[in-house]
Amino acid sequence: MAKLYELAHCRAGDKGNTTILTLIAYRAEDFPLLCEQVTVAAVKRHFGTIIKGELTRTELPQFSALQFVGRDALAGGVTTSLALDAHGKSLSSALLEMKVDTD
Amino acid sequence: MPQTVRVGCGAGFAGDRLEPALILAEHGGLDYLGLECLGERTVALAQLSRLRDHGAGYDPMLERRMDGLLPLIKRHRVRVLTNMGAAHPAAAGERVAAIARRAGFGLKVAAVLGDDVLDRIDPDQPCLETGAPLKSFGELVSANAYLGVDAMLPALQQGADVIITGRAADPSLFLAPLVHEFGWRLDDYDRLARGTLVGHLLECGGQLTGGYYADPGLKDVPGMATLGFPFADVDPDGNARFGKVAGTGGVLNRATATEQLLYEVVDPFGYETPDVTADFSTAELDDLGQDVVTVRGARGRPRPQRLKVSIGYRAGFLGEGEIGYAGENCVARAELAGEIVRERLANRFPQVRVDLIGLTSLHGEPLPGQESTAHRPYEVRLRVAARSPDEAAARLVGEEVESLFTNGPAGGGGVRKGTVEQIGIVSCLLARDSVATEVRWFEA
Repeated sequence: MAKLYELAHCRAGDKGNTTILTLIAYRAEDFPLLCEQVTVAAVKRHFGTIIKGELTRTELPQFSALQFVGRDALAGGVTTSLALDAHGKSLSSALLEMKVDTD
Repeated sequence: MPQTVRVGCGAGFAGDRLEPALILAEHGGLDYLGLECLGERTVALAQLSRLRDHGAGYDPMLERRMDGLLPLIKRHRVRVLTNMGAAHPAAAGERVAAIARRAGFGLKVAAVLGDDVLDRIDPDQPCLETGAPLKSFGELVSANAYLGVDAMLPALQQGADVIITGRAADPSLFLAPLVHEFGWRLDDYDRLARGTLVGHLLECGGQLTGGYYADPGLKDVPGMATLGFPFADVDPDGNARFGKVAGTGGVLNRATATEQLLYEVVDPFGYETPDVTADFSTAELDDLGQDVVTVRGARGRPRPQRLKVSIGYRAGFLGEGEIGYAGENCVARAELAGEIVRERLANRFPQVRVDLIGLTSLHGEPLPGQESTAHRPYEVRLRVAARSPDEAAARLVGEEVESLFTNGPAGGGGVRKGTVEQIGIVSCLLARDSVATEVRWFEA
């Protein structure tokens, strides 16, 4: 087992109450592993109660990247959230905490 | 037609550093410099400031950015496009012309007007986000349509040195000079898409060149205190080579460019701007080393029929208070402090948020299956937040935290408290023919 942190990097962005997480494999050869294990169901489970709405995943093999879009994920959204990190910028680090099977 | 046009980005958000734009203007060999300084909320905040003071409403850093920049763009013949007009582009245009007059040189400044559509918004119409009517959110204070390159082209054609917009789509600030220089047709969707991708990669400034990327030991970025901002050499087909000024800090490589290429892109197959619907999934990115990356091959489809409008409403006042605890059992004391404040505030606010900074403030409880990594931190900080339509009520949050000094658990210290007015943002669509833009000139 390894943390995603060791295989990929991630940047989070936001649109209203939606979080957009870009997960990029450092090495192209690890991209199939990400596709196989970092599924919508696994990510939703990983985030617990944080992503309340729909979560979608887009595969972008030419960039070795997975694009996740999570709705209703920012406690009301950037402009009216009570949260300290209203943009959900640190959700990128939360995603990289996910465990994957590298054997 | 030029072989290439060099476009740089000197600011990627309202609060961005000042000197990267100066370095680009002086040493970047630029044809055009974009300064992207207008967030979703910024324009609504600017509108409030314009309501309070009729002459205000433009970016509060306008003078500071332009003071040093104008002499450089004059000397090096760089034309500037910026959305620092915020809620009052005409006042910003006059201000920039006044700075040039005072410094004693000529300058053609164009303000692009017409994005303010508050008087054309039906408050009963549903918002895009939830479908609820706009008026249900509260008092609407601003409504700004995202303008595209068609609004800026007349100013470029008539020789503006500085073009100041209010709400314009961020990539359009960088696409407009490409359309102007290469004479791209506004239905040449593939070229518009490639130019939009250039703008998208540039618009966040240092986020392309190693900013927001570093992680010590794993993703090391040299010279982050002197991060160089990016420029792009764009060819007549819209393909581009990105770089930064030699000697500046930061790094530009495949990884930093990929993060920015997909940053905040909800649909990589259909990224919508007022100008085009761009497919970024067909783009090819090559890392040539030495902080040079090329990007080519994005494809385009027709632009959306209607314009997106960003609407600001008064969302009340956020009240906050913080206090810190240290040493043995500090987490239990901070938790007790949070319970006390919650009990005292519970019936006055619909929602009271209690965070332990260092443990739960960013993501709540530890994620499922993850052990908390800090059961026994040496110190922890309590934060309480709640919102109220009434500023005096919001102030209570900090006051209750402060009263923990003599009424709470042992050893609390370092209280901070405050309130801030919150502007909420929702959006809707508006027919293009409801939006009429014009260019107003200010000469120095």
